[in-house]
Amino acid sequence: MAAGASAPPSGREELYDMAVVRGFALSALVWGIVGMTIGLVAALQLAFPALNVELGPLHLHFGRLRPIHTNAVIFGFTLGVVFAGSYYGVQRLCRVRMWSDFLSRLNLWGWNAVIVAAAISLLLGKTSSKEYAELEWPLDIAITVVWVAYAVNFFGTLARRRERGLYAAIWFWIATILTIAMLHIFNNLEVPVSWTAWKSYSLYAGVYDANIQWWYGHNAVGFLLTTPILGLMYYFLPKQVGRPVYSHRLSILHFWSLIFLYIWAGPHHLIYSPLPDWAQSLGTAFSIMLILPSWGGMLNGLLTLRGAWDRLRTDPLLKMFAVGLTFYGMSTFEGPMMSIKTVNSLSHFTDWTIGHVHSGALGWVALTSFATLYYLVPRLWHTTLYSLRLAELHFWVATLGIVLYVTPMWISGVTQGLMWRAVNPDGSLAYGFAETVAAIRIYDLIRAGGGALFLSGVLVMLYNVLRTIRQGSAAVPAPELPSGLAAVVAGGR
Amino acid sequence: MGYEWHRRIEARWVLLTVLTLLAVAVGGLVLLIPPYFLQGTVEPIEGVRPYTALELEGRDIYIREGCNNCHSQQVRPFKTETDRYGPYSMAGESVYDRPFLFGSRRTGPDLARVGGKYPDSWHWIHLHDPRQIEPRSNMPAFAFLEETPLDTALTVAKLETLRGLGHPYSDAEIADAPQDLRTQAEQHVAALRRDGIALSDTEVRSEAIALIAYLQRLGTDIGWRKRPLTTALLQEER
Repeated sequence: MAAGASAPPSGREELYDMAVVRGFALSALVWGIVGMTIGLVAALQLAFPALNVELGPLHLHFGRLRPIHTNAVIFGFTLGVVFAGSYYGVQRLCRVRMWSDFLSRLNLWGWNAVIVAAAISLLLGKTSSKEYAELEWPLDIAITVVWVAYAVNFFGTLARRRERGLYAAIWFWIATILTIAMLHIFNNLEVPVSWTAWKSYSLYAGVYDANIQWWYGHNAVGFLLTTPILGLMYYFLPKQVGRPVYSHRLSILHFWSLIFLYIWAGPHHLIYSPLPDWAQSLGTAFSIMLILPSWGGMLNGLLTLRGAWDRLRTDPLLKMFAVGLTFYGMSTFEGPMMSIKTVNSLSHFTDWTIGHVHSGALGWVALTSFATLYYLVPRLWHTTLYSLRLAELHFWVATLGIVLYVTPMWISGVTQGLMWRAVNPDGSLAYGFAETVAAIRIYDLIRAGGGALFLSGVLVMLYNVLRTIRQGSAAVPAPELPSGLAAVVAGGR
Repeated sequence: MGYEWHRRIEARWVLLTVLTLLAVAVGGLVLLIPPYFLQGTVEPIEGVRPYTALELEGRDIYIREGCNNCHSQQVRPFKTETDRYGPYSMAGESVYDRPFLFGSRRTGPDLARVGGKYPDSWHWIHLHDPRQIEPRSNMPAFAFLEETPLDTALTVAKLETLRGLGHPYSDAEIADAPQDLRTQAEQHVAALRRDGIALSDTEVRSEAIALIAYLQRLGTDIGWRKRPLTTALLQEER
């Protein structure tokens, strides 16, 4: 079944809700630039501590900026693209408008209000400290409300769809909606100190709190940075190639095994911690098993390009999808390796983890998101992309940026890990901690260069998108093309 | 094609949703429910006590400033780690840590056993400007903590909240919290002054004192450090 190989019922002018898609596409781009800029500043602060500055009452040091970076790029940028892509995809795959325009608006404005409030509150030091779940209780409640609005709207749309079968992209978005709701609620159970203060204490303590947090944290990677992006890949890659996904059977196999196995792998963040050994071992075992479904997804994506590989030469979107999938394959091999106790004893607490995360986040998540946005923006504003050459430039700058980011982090991680464990002939420690900090400074600098390149690519994209919007128009919505025809048009572009 | 049975699932969104929920729930249930009931992960080790009012305020400053982004609090059971930091972290030690602060990246050293490793004056100078102590350090300076008076408006509410969650604070400990906090702060102030640090009135009541009290408490409950390091001993070591 081709992605959305469907046409609106004949004789009816079906107009989908594209305003919400346009809104999320633009907000994602803005949050991407904000989040990556803060990431670059934070990276530079590690090399130049004098950059930890105070502007009046604002303390702009690494400890406060780092969570703003992660929240902006995960929840502002990535989820923005996921919202945009899933709103676009689910309406076409179901051949029906979103169930409720009100809920779509609530989702768009509510979510962006949450991200603004998140940035401000984190800047003010209102944090629960739990990674990727730093936001304090009022925002946790707001997120829950907005997420439920998205879920109700999404399922409402499925319920009144005009297409019998649900395509694979939708399975992955369903898994995202359900699992993120479950993770978010249980990890953020906390007791406010007072109803007027943005301060709470976790319902859980110590090792048990750690267990819940990394069940959440690992599956935030699984269900915010993997399954919804796979949904984007399953919808937009076949559209861009103009041919159906390689194997429906492989979609089925890797979907069910991926979501079942992912949830077990969280304890690999707590290896050699006081968490019971059996839980750590389960985390390792399931992490290794995860290679299979992860690579199943990668192969299903890459093989969709079979017979169309020549188009990689000319189509920057396909380049982004293909390299994105390749990074997905690499980081989902690296992750399981790092969950093995022997490797983890070296890699844990070092920059290797940072490099691993970014090979997935920049390589897989961001490149796939860029390709999705390049696909969406011309269609949302009823025009063609302003410049394919600038998109091509973006691809190369981004890819070089990733390499310059990830490679020094590997070297830095292994260097520092080895120095921490190095001993003199008499068994005493060979290096003081400060020596290991000094040794990796050069890699911090190279990494900042890689990050700057990656960010500059997004700025090129912003220019390209703004020019595209200027030459197009949202105000004069052309009748929606039947999806099959749209694929042909896209293919011939 | 095969997999015709799956078409029936694909055609029913409720069934697909329920099966998805089941698939993602199993692992979570296995990993989250048994550890809750296992002794050892939730029972405190002998000697482990909840934080005092001042230490708790210091801990909340540690969280507010995001110290956990660069400092782990989890010593792993390797000789090179226990040599560097002290005894490895045990489950029963963190039962009063809400939230836990194990961390995930050691941009700076682990702090799980930092209590008693340095005198208060070391921390005072180090927080003011880390590079006065260690020129290669890339830690931000936290001089502003010295100028920020400690806000104790929520201290009692914090202790009451934690008691509600099972931390064994007595009625007297909660009622006397403001006084206990001042008394403990005075002890740290006295230690700083003994080491020749001149403190203004603002600095005496500052957040830096609370943070130092917290850092000096870290990892000390098991009583492993034979003698807390004083300035004299530190100079002797050098």
